[in-house]
Formats: sequence, structure tokens, C-alpha cells
Amino acid sequence: MAVITIREALNQALREELERDENVFLMGEEVGAYQGAYKVSKGLLEEFGEKRVIDSPITELGFAGLGVGAAMVGLRPVIEFMTFNFSILATDQIINSAAKMLYMSGGQFKIPIVFRGPNGSAYQVSSQHSQALESWYAHFPGIKVVMPSTPADAKGLLKSAIRDDDPVIFLEQERMYGLKGEVPDDGDFTIPLGVAEVKREGTDATIVARSLTVPLALKAAEELEKQGVSVEVIDPRTIRPLDIETIIKSVQKTNRVVIAEESHPFCGVGAELSAQIMERAFDYLDAPVKRISGADAPMPYAKNLEKLALPDIERIIAAVREVAYL
Amino acid sequence: MSELKVKPLKPRGPSAAPASAGVVTERGPDEIDQAELRAEHQERQQHLHASIEGLERETLLNMLSQMVLIRRFEEKAAEAYTLGKIGGFCHLYIGQEAVAVGSIAALRPDDYVMTSYRDHGHALARGTSPDEVMAELFGKAGGCSAGKGGSMHLFDRDNHFLGGHAIVGGQIPLATGVAFAAKYKGTDQVSCVYFGEAAVNQGVFHESLNMAQLWKLPCIYICENNQYGMGTALKRAMSLSDVSQKACAYGMASEFVDGMDVLAVYEATRRAAARARKESQPSLIEVRTYRFMGHSMSDPGNYRTRAEIEKYQERDPVKVFIESLKQKQIVDDATIKEIEDRVRAQVEHAIKFADSSPEPAPEELHTHIYANPIK
Repeated sequence: MAVITIREALNQALREELERDENVFLMGEEVGAYQGAYKVSKGLLEEFGEKRVIDSPITELGFAGLGVGAAMVGLRPVIEFMTFNFSILATDQIINSAAKMLYMSGGQFKIPIVFRGPNGSAYQVSSQHSQALESWYAHFPGIKVVMPSTPADAKGLLKSAIRDDDPVIFLEQERMYGLKGEVPDDGDFTIPLGVAEVKREGTDATIVARSLTVPLALKAAEELEKQGVSVEVIDPRTIRPLDIETIIKSVQKTNRVVIAEESHPFCGVGAELSAQIMERAFDYLDAPVKRISGADAPMPYAKNLEKLALPDIERIIAAVREVAYL
Repeated sequence: MSELKVKPLKPRGPSAAPASAGVVTERGPDEIDQAELRAEHQERQQHLHASIEGLERETLLNMLSQMVLIRRFEEKAAEAYTLGKIGGFCHLYIGQEAVAVGSIAALRPDDYVMTSYRDHGHALARGTSPDEVMAELFGKAGGCSAGKGGSMHLFDRDNHFLGGHAIVGGQIPLATGVAFAAKYKGTDQVSCVYFGEAAVNQGVFHESLNMAQLWKLPCIYICENNQYGMGTALKRAMSLSDVSQKACAYGMASEFVDGMDVLAVYEATRRAAARARKESQPSLIEVRTYRFMGHSMSDPGNYRTRAEIEKYQERDPVKVFIESLKQKQIVDDATIKEIEDRVRAQVEHAIKFADSSPEPAPEELHTHIYANPIK
């Protein structure tokens, strides 16, 4: 197994799927000649040409809609948002067209499309460039939402997303493109959508983390181990459909849950997880579910304030100790 | 082929020069002079006469039958709506029949058609069975969208009818994507999309036309300018209300067409389809039309005068076409009666079919959410 970054893993997934299926194309701002704003599409224009790797004008609603239309008649578009902040302009086409087409056509038009790009906080770019939008998209039936946290997951899940017949929101993390990890060499390696992974086994408390908070939770678990607390870390990897069974199984074992997320807390994925855990495993809980979320405030620019707005290892450790009544 | 309905535009791109130049009207669409309208009507009838000569009788009769079918279907739908058999929003196409019929007649069966929520006429013109359209309006399992879409979301995959879309302008980038796919796959199919003039004010109209011309996509943008965005007159909503001129901003070919003349629409669409198929070039066609009913069934239409509506009804596209066909001795009263009788039977059958079609089964609430459901 090779050790590569998430950026390289995504690049491999795109290359392999472009090679595998000529109906796959990549479109977005700066994906071609510029090699991708975050270099995820590096080398793809040279390899696949302008027909398959298409630089779009800055016209998010337009090219999101173009992608959905192309998917209606059999193509498999991969639409890159330079960051998901810009996808907000495209939500009409994602929600009103992509998510609902199959349903309102009585099953006649499936939409095999991937919308991908970085989501969540970046480094000191203030309010409009640092936000996590998974709860927006996960709210709507008809969309699948994927959030990888390792290079292997990034590659395996992106390949599955491209092969999937439904619209998939594939949320990368701007701060995590350089994160390294082992990725199987097998060109046909995929990870199924809708399957959570236990990233670390434990017995005293469960941390449910996704994307940016997964490495934080794993470090918190290491630290807590030294303090005599055994923590299980679960990454749902796919937010919708949610593999709640794996989470419930863990709750039944540990009886204590911390949810770590970088998004705002209000109406967030953590709120949904809390509700489902309460509905399905209330009798197993020995403490109220605890959420560690990003601040309920727009992202500030100042470095010190930005740090305060995001979850960190210390806060996650404190939360676990709180639910464990330590 | 008449040259009357091509309105050349002053500022236009190099590729946009029309094959023929015709009458230039300096007047904007906002000022409607009724005497002038009548004078134009005379000219237009001459045009119709000339166009009729170039077409097969069968083609003309098919167009007429479709226009009559849409008219009678919509009248019946209005009746069913007042009886409570149709719910929600129901936007009728009465008055605009020449647009869908004339343009779709100029397309191939394997081309793609997409439109807004005022979609009954396009589905019928595309060949969707009136039974299935009516059943969809009734919210029945036998509807063309299985009862899940309703009046605003008719779909018919087999007839390449890619739907009614209910967010104003939402279908414009979708159709652009369909044209992109046709070019990508190397077919010579054309994507044809309809939208009202109010949709032109949406940003995505601009985004789509820019991409279509930039990438030379085989897309025909047909603006059905019925002069009112719901209750708001065009002049109250658009700074430059000559829609066809907007194509200049993209260097796109454009035409201005009389939407009460089915053959003018047919010819303009044929030119645009040829441009799309042979040169892979998009076009914008502004079709000036008028809806005789309210915006939807729940609209009393108080923002228009009776006199204005009556003036346009003088130029009722169905009536005008029948008159011209009679004058040219293509049809006689017996033929018209035959068509009316056949259409009446079709529409009666559609009502019966829709009435007797079952409601969707309760479990259908949760089907068709995902093509590939997980768990």
C-alpha cells in the first residue's frame, strides 16, 4: 500500500474513473489549465483533454444545472465547486433539480452526478469562505452526502460516488488535502456509500466524528487512553444515507456519546445524530449526548477568534470526561 | 419560406446574421397599438398563405389536430379543476398553442424538449398520450409521472420530453446540459427549451446562454413572451423588453416571431434546428404570444383589460390557422368537424381514463427517491 495525501487520492480516483467510463467528465472553475485551485485535478487536462476536463466560467448555478441536464440524458458529470461556499449559488439546481428529478418524474430520470469540492473551515478566510454545509444538503431526500476523512476513504468513496446512480454531494475538507495515509494499490478499490467505519475501538465512550474532527477525535482518544479512558471513534463517512446501526451498536456498548463536528450546532448533523440516538438507544445512555460543534457565529478572520470558533482536541477530551462523569 | 418574421437586430455578433432580412419594427413590445396589430394581422395571414403552400397537407393537418387537441384538452382541464378533480397549480396553454405545436413539428423525435410549469401543450405536442397527461393532472397512478409530478411536472422519457420544471428559469441550464451531452456524445440531436419572458430576468438565463454560445451547444432557447409574468406586465419588469435583442450579449443568433402564426414558429424553429444540427450553434427565438386565460386557474386576471384580451382573441392562433387553411382549400368544414369530433373523443377518453386510473399506492410515497437506494 502506498502512502499518499488526500489530494493525491482524489486525483487517482478521478483519473481512474475518467479512464473507466467515457461518460464521466469533470467540470468546474480552474479544474483544467490551472490544474485545480487545490490541485486535485492536477494533470487530468493533459491526460484526458478539453472534452473531458472542462474549465467553466464563474457561473455556479449555470454549470451545476448544466451538469444535471447532462446527467438526465446519460452522462456522469463530476462538478467541482472551487469551495462549497460557492455551491450556495447553485442550490436551486442541486435541491430543486438534482434531488427531485427522479421522484417527480415517477422514476423516469435518474441523476448520476457528483458535486465535489472543499467544505468547512479553511485558514483565516473569514465568514464567506469558511463554513460547513453538510446539514443543508443532508436535509433533502434524493441526495447522498459523503464526507471522507482519510486518503483511502477519499479515494474509495469518490469512486463509488461517481459510479452511483444518484446525486452525491462529496465534501472534502480544505485543511485536510495534505493529510497522508495508506491507500490500497488495487485500481478497482472502492468503499461502499452508506457504511460507517469504527476508526478506533473502545469501551467507555463513543465519539462520532466526521471530516475535520476525525483526526482530532483520534488524537483525543490517544490522550484519553493515557488517562485510563477507552474511547471508540466512529466516522459515518456517509451522512445520508446514515449508517445509524453502527453508531447505535457502539452506544449500546459504551453508553456515552460525544459528537464532534466543525459545523454550526443549530439544526446540524450532530442534532440529527443526537435525536436518532435518543430515539433508538435512550435506555442505553448513561449520560446526555454531548455535542462539540463549531461556534454559533460566522467565522471570524482573526487567528485567535478563528481558533475559538473550531472544535479542538482539548474540548473533545473535556466532553468525553464530562459524559463519563470524570 | 417567408422572410417576414425575422427581425434583424442592430448590435449582434458575427455569427448571428440571419439568412434573410425582413420587417424591422422599431416599436418596443410594450406599446400595443391595436390598429397596427390588425394591420399586422393582414400581413401575417399573407405569410400563412405563402407558408401553407410549401407544406404537405398531412403536416398541416397534424399541426391543426394538435392545436385543437391542446385547446380542447385545456378547456376540459379547466372544467375538471373547477370540479376539484385537479389540485394545486394548473397553468393552461390556451392562446399559446401555436408555439409548442409549430416548434415541435420542426424537431425530430429524438431531439429533446424541456419546458416550464405551463407544460400540458408541450407534452401533448410531443406525443404524450392525453390519457396519461390528464391522469397526471388528476394525481393518478396512470399519469405520465406516476402521479408524483402533477400539472407542473409532466415527464415522458420515451418521447424525449424532459419535463415541466417549476422554478422560473430552472429548465434553462438543464436544457443547456442536454445540449452539452448531445455534443459530447457526438450525436446530432438538438435540445429545445421553452420559458416565459419573465424567466429572462433570472440570472441563470444569462449564465446558460453564455455557456451555450461559448461552447457552441446545439440548444434552441424559445422564449414564449406572453407579455405577463403572472400579473406583472413585461414593461414593469424588464429594462430592455425586446427579448430577442438579449442574444446580442452572447453573440448568439436570434429571431423575433409572431406566436399566433404556427407556421412562422415552425419555420423559425427549423432554421434554428438546422443551425444547431449542422453548425452546433445555439439560437434564441422570441415568440410573441398571449395567454387567453389567467396565469393559473386561481388567477382572476384583473391586471388585463377585457379589450386587450379580445384584441388578441381576434388573432386566436387556432382560428387564424383554420381560416387560412380553408382559404387555401386545404380543409373544408367537413374536415374541421372530423378533427373536432376526433379530438372530443380523445379528450373524453382522457377524462374517463384519468377518472378510472387508481390513486398511487401508499407505498409509492417512498419509491423513486433514490435510483440506488442503500439499505
